[in-house]
Amino acid sequence: MKKDIILCGVGGQGILSIATVIGEAATKTGLKLKQAEVHGMSQRGGDVQSNLRLSTEEIFSDLIPKGKADIIISMEPMECLRYLPYLSPEGIVVTSSKPFVNIPDYPEESALLDELKSLPHLEMRSLENNMTLLGMAAKHIGIISAEELRDAIARVFSAKGDEIVERNQKAFDEGFNN
Amino acid sequence: MNKKLLLGDEAIAIGAINAGLSGVYAYPGTPSTEITEFIQKKAPEIRSRWCTNEKTAMEAALGMSYAGKRALVCMKHVGMNVCADAFVNSAITGVNGGLVVLAADDPSMHSSQNEQDSRFYGKFALLPIFEPSGQQECYDMIGEAFALSEELKVPVLFRVVTRLAHSRAAVEIREKKEQNAFNPSSGKGWVLLPGIARKQYCALLDKQEAMLDAAEKSEHNKLEYSSKADAQGIIACGIAYNYVKENNPDANILKVSQYPLPESKVIELASRSESILVVEDGQPVVEQDVKAILGSDYPVEGRLTGKLPRTGELTPDSVAEALGIELSEGLQQGKNLAPRPPQLCPGCGHRDVYKALKEVAAEYPGSRIFGDIGCYTLGALPPFQSLNSTVDMGASITMAKGAADAGLFPAIAVIGDSTFTHSGMTGLLDAVNDNSNITVIISDNLTTGMTGGQDSAGTNKFEAICIGLGVDPEHVKVVVPVPANMEAITKTIREEIEYKGVSVIIPRRECMQTLKRKKK
Repeated sequence: MKKDIILCGVGGQGILSIATVIGEAATKTGLKLKQAEVHGMSQRGGDVQSNLRLSTEEIFSDLIPKGKADIIISMEPMECLRYLPYLSPEGIVVTSSKPFVNIPDYPEESALLDELKSLPHLEMRSLENNMTLLGMAAKHIGIISAEELRDAIARVFSAKGDEIVERNQKAFDEGFNN
Repeated sequence: MNKKLLLGDEAIAIGAINAGLSGVYAYPGTPSTEITEFIQKKAPEIRSRWCTNEKTAMEAALGMSYAGKRALVCMKHVGMNVCADAFVNSAITGVNGGLVVLAADDPSMHSSQNEQDSRFYGKFALLPIFEPSGQQECYDMIGEAFALSEELKVPVLFRVVTRLAHSRAAVEIREKKEQNAFNPSSGKGWVLLPGIARKQYCALLDKQEAMLDAAEKSEHNKLEYSSKADAQGIIACGIAYNYVKENNPDANILKVSQYPLPESKVIELASRSESILVVEDGQPVVEQDVKAILGSDYPVEGRLTGKLPRTGELTPDSVAEALGIELSEGLQQGKNLAPRPPQLCPGCGHRDVYKALKEVAAEYPGSRIFGDIGCYTLGALPPFQSLNSTVDMGASITMAKGAADAGLFPAIAVIGDSTFTHSGMTGLLDAVNDNSNITVIISDNLTTGMTGGQDSAGTNKFEAICIGLGVDPEHVKVVVPVPANMEAITKTIREEIEYKGVSVIIPRRECMQTLKRKKK
């Protein structure tokens, strides 16, 4: 069993934190994992993505081949469109519908949302919290349970104190339960 | 068993710590920065303060090796150009304590100005090169690199690429080795006077056979044969091995992770195959060597023949095409999609510098602004579009000088604080000595911003450095780049452009990223 996930958004939106939580949960459950990240210049307000591959078998490539991703998890509605050629026709896009506009030629919002709604499999909500997005995506990740992801949040944020852990778990639940 | 989820860079860092490292010497550069940062965080007993540039780093590491300790030098690929003098000559002196030079290449230029392949430097200097294929090999091979360095008494070049440096996987951590004892060399070979250097060079040539022998025997250079394989043999270097296995786990493969290229294994693969495909990330280094080994009659394909793209990093898809495997079909490319290039942070002081420069430059139709390497290179993009050049670390000042020598006015250089101490100071001295008519702007955000906020070597020293190099103190001006000061800043720029000689303006305000971190 395997799950190939593309995480995307704009530098500073917390994409790598989502990757860290999934990575922590996957390691704990004994899954094999590869996770390619974007560091450096792009993190300054540019488009960022992470290729996250989970499997019960050995994983070779750090990058997901075209047409093989099972899920695109996106903090930003336009950014998920960038990676559609990587999404399998059976794959799902889980995205926030809230545009992050920091470029002059950002597409017209209604046309963008219409295009998203025309995708074969879509789950979209207006949200700003990255852990809420992870909660939404948890239903589709499958290879790791929501409970395992919730526990991983506690471990990843434990150094920042109980209050931060609770706030992030609450955000996760909000995404998962609604 | 102790397994950890680690970036390739972090696996290298722990591997080096556990190999008994005594010092890491580095200048920040994507994708190598995380190695030194990790050692700084996890192993305070190891000397790890950032260096001024890659050359000072390389030389200090050689000095630590001279004293018998294990030293690591880390840099991005273009840093190899900066330290090349020390690197090539360290092959001639040889080493005492183990010395590993880590170069992180950036094919596809994710954060770089070229995609040069550091393996050429290893071949050029006649040194062993290690090129791990995955995170576990990053950990395992760094220790082996130190051991080989001490066994053959030469530095070892360790090459990774962005996709390995910045990708995570589980890595098994093994036992930690003690640091070497302090044991300074008493050898004569360190004094590279011609008479000694000739002998040392012969000694280096004599070691080539042992280097090749080590590569032939390396467990990381392995031949994999499959009963299901076709007539094509594949040579897969470093991370390329993963892309080949992803597409065809049953291929006949020679996996190469240690150089010199194991010639007998290449010949063995060729004898069992009808043709060879060389899959390597970066430039066609091995492809050329394989052609030379097998002769012009043997069919060899790769990046040079167009079987794989000549530029950019390899992907599982480009390798699939080269293997003749059909790609899976994804969804159609999105339509309502615009590029989103990186940009200067909201509130960044560089923004105010460019706003002021743009206003003043418009008053001088002949003006040119020579840029440099850092966050402020983004001033070349909209909305500022202010830069006329960006070439290499420090080139802003020296290019402005050369253009001014040719009659260009006003010739303006924009350079960051860390880049200035890295490679700008010597150029400024040239300009002072020639009384060049240039205006230098050292945009000081008190950190090495582009790579995430590492200490900058010259913080609190810039006025003293410029005056010490001979810039007239009357023409070393400090301004605070905030919107409220726009009038004062533009006035200062105008005055210093009109001054016939070298002037330096230092707009100084803390980086928004480091400020944000402190407030957390």
